[in-house]
Amino acid sequence: MELEKFKYDNKIVKYFAIATVIFGIIGMLVGLMIATQLFLPQLNLGIPYTTFGRIRPLHTNAVIFAFVGNAMFAGVYYSMQRLLKARMFSDTLSYIHFWGWQLIILAAAITLPLGLTTSKEYAELEWPIDIAITIIWVVFGINMIGTILKRRERHMYVAIWFYIATFVTVAVLHVVNSFEIPVTMFKSYSWYAGVQDALVQWWYGHNAVAFFLTTPFLGLMYYYLPKAANRPVYSYKLSIIHFWSLIFIYIWAGPHHLLYTSLPNWAQSLGTVFSIMLIAPSWGGMLNGLLTLRGAWDRVREDPVLKFMVVAVTAYGMATLEGPLLSIKNVNAIAHFTDWIIAHVHVGGLGWNGFMIFGMLYWLVPKMWGTKLWSTKAANIHFWLGTLGIIVYALPMYTAGVVQSLMWKSFNAEGFLEYPNFLETVTQIVPMYMMRAIGGLLYFTGVIIMAVNLVRTAKQGSFKAEETAEAPALEKKRIVGGHWHSRWERKPVFFTVLVLIAIVIGGVVEMVPTFLIKSNIPTIASVKPYTPLELHGRDIYIREGCNNCHSQMVRPFRSETERYRGEYSKAGEFVYDHPFLWGSKRTGPDLHRVGGAYNNVWHFNHMLDPTSTSPGSIMPPYPWLFEDEINPGLTAGKIKALRTVGVPYAEGFEDVANDDLMKQARSITEDLKASNVEIIETAEIVALIAYLQRLGTDIKVESTNQNQ
Amino acid sequence: MFKHYFEQVENVAIWPIISLTIFFVFFIGLTIYVMKINKGHIQHMEKMPLVQDQEGFNSIIDSKNQNHG
Repeated sequence: MELEKFKYDNKIVKYFAIATVIFGIIGMLVGLMIATQLFLPQLNLGIPYTTFGRIRPLHTNAVIFAFVGNAMFAGVYYSMQRLLKARMFSDTLSYIHFWGWQLIILAAAITLPLGLTTSKEYAELEWPIDIAITIIWVVFGINMIGTILKRRERHMYVAIWFYIATFVTVAVLHVVNSFEIPVTMFKSYSWYAGVQDALVQWWYGHNAVAFFLTTPFLGLMYYYLPKAANRPVYSYKLSIIHFWSLIFIYIWAGPHHLLYTSLPNWAQSLGTVFSIMLIAPSWGGMLNGLLTLRGAWDRVREDPVLKFMVVAVTAYGMATLEGPLLSIKNVNAIAHFTDWIIAHVHVGGLGWNGFMIFGMLYWLVPKMWGTKLWSTKAANIHFWLGTLGIIVYALPMYTAGVVQSLMWKSFNAEGFLEYPNFLETVTQIVPMYMMRAIGGLLYFTGVIIMAVNLVRTAKQGSFKAEETAEAPALEKKRIVGGHWHSRWERKPVFFTVLVLIAIVIGGVVEMVPTFLIKSNIPTIASVKPYTPLELHGRDIYIREGCNNCHSQMVRPFRSETERYRGEYSKAGEFVYDHPFLWGSKRTGPDLHRVGGAYNNVWHFNHMLDPTSTSPGSIMPPYPWLFEDEINPGLTAGKIKALRTVGVPYAEGFEDVANDDLMKQARSITEDLKASNVEIIETAEIVALIAYLQRLGTDIKVESTNQNQ
Repeated sequence: MFKHYFEQVENVAIWPIISLTIFFVFFIGLTIYVMKINKGHIQHMEKMPLVQDQEGFNSIIDSKNQNHG
């Protein structure tokens, strides 16, 4: 049979690898900065663009989509060509993919500090960038499927299945979660409201972890770990079961992010059950990875690549046991909204993704530059700094999470809250925040050492942009027989459709009932749409990323209804919330019942200098809200957009909305004046106060009416 | 009053039951298949990442072994 000569494209792998290292450094540096701000708020330099609420999304986006994303593409482009014995389908598409992705990252790095955000976690980027992501992702998909179609290897290795699942699922997740109605060029409102928005967001958020941080890396594990250990994967049969059960189960588990919230109970239980089931495929994968090293453990002592990979797979095992445990309702009651979750995601992020990437880079760079690693010793130092860094990061965060949660829930003998002031529970854990930053610094130092090591390695070798290979073309003859799965492996398009079906079933079963219900539920009569001024205030709340530290979800626990002075949050209260702002972390107290809890001047002083009303507070001051003004010219557009997505503003209301806005603003400024505080009606702080005073008050109106 | 919202949809419980059934059946089928799988095929698949691609030497050797079902 005639052999075909072809060349592998190493240059695209090199590009993505360089971007990985650069954005790893930037993303972790931003992480270090926000970690430090939690005990040294002044580190925001007093300007909006570097304040926690705005750059926390920058950190998460940078490490997920820039660092891990670029690494995934580097790993995929290298391994896919070789596993399929084919060059990438189109060089043009490869480079459109590369530069397009970097442009998206650049757009994120500009817009997020400017406060242009949708507020939905890991999906903060505004609508034009969402469209760009969709296009570039499709380019990646075409390039990948194209390569699969022109392959010279009949069967697709398990790594390729994981890549296919990644492409298909991330596309579905991104499109569904990004339904939004544009208001201006960089402002949009989520198509969904309240409970539905929360469900869609956490179906997305959870599966972004699954299909952006997990499945592509399992694919990489199945390629690079055998490669580095020079022995086949422990059990290929296990990998088949691992793949199908993982992608099938993962998609269902999203609601575990919403336990004890206003999400319907059956959906919460569904999330819990499937989360527990996830232990099986996750650990199947982990064991398959670790057992690949059976009989080669002596090499783990010497080879830094294997060291990193062993810790990565172990971290994966720990994080995927912890995740299901956190999905059990009574564990979740303690851990949710606390730093425990921060510890959990960093074991996954720093351990699994980070170490897998480092191992891969230490293997790839010498290989592609045709040389040996410049310094094995430096790589070992990196390994130990990284490992220590993870421990010094995670342990204080676990402690902080449990300590704070127990303090929140603690009652004294008289039946009152032991720590009624939220701030007491914060100052208690500030030392842990300091230790966490040290852990992060250790990890970061390791990354810098790696960067130097890799640059030196590249310098001492010579880069092979094109690698020649030979293989026979795939025969066109029709092959019949074989088991059904091996038949599937020969049919990539069919396989892709099956993957799509597997992941769509979960999403549909989760979401359809909740969506059908919308038309059936009577809304709470007293819950009204936001006033124009409150809308402006809410958009400021979103712009400043207040939801990064404050939840708006009082869970049905006595410790919470006591602390937050009111009823627990009800589904019907959020029907006009486009987007929902439940939050996922309480660095500060919950705000759902903050309306009416303090007077206007308290809010005024608190936003100007939080420590003036709350001594010891780690919240940064927001002086710019007092100088900048809202733009009443946007009011009509906001109202029209919200009406389109179902908020019942009367026809023509947008024409008179600004009268209403000024009237409400004046009532606030006059109230402030009575306390000797002067501010113009259009100052941003006035709008924000209006929004905060409205929060959670609608059902108070109802109970007052019922009492009459 | 509002806690009954979601109970108004009839037979909401059928959804999770359907989902569990679908998964269970699929998983059993998958397990049976994996147990019956052909050994030669497995060996061919698990060797794939180990093929040396340097200048195509080993890919020639490997390609001789791949003409099976």
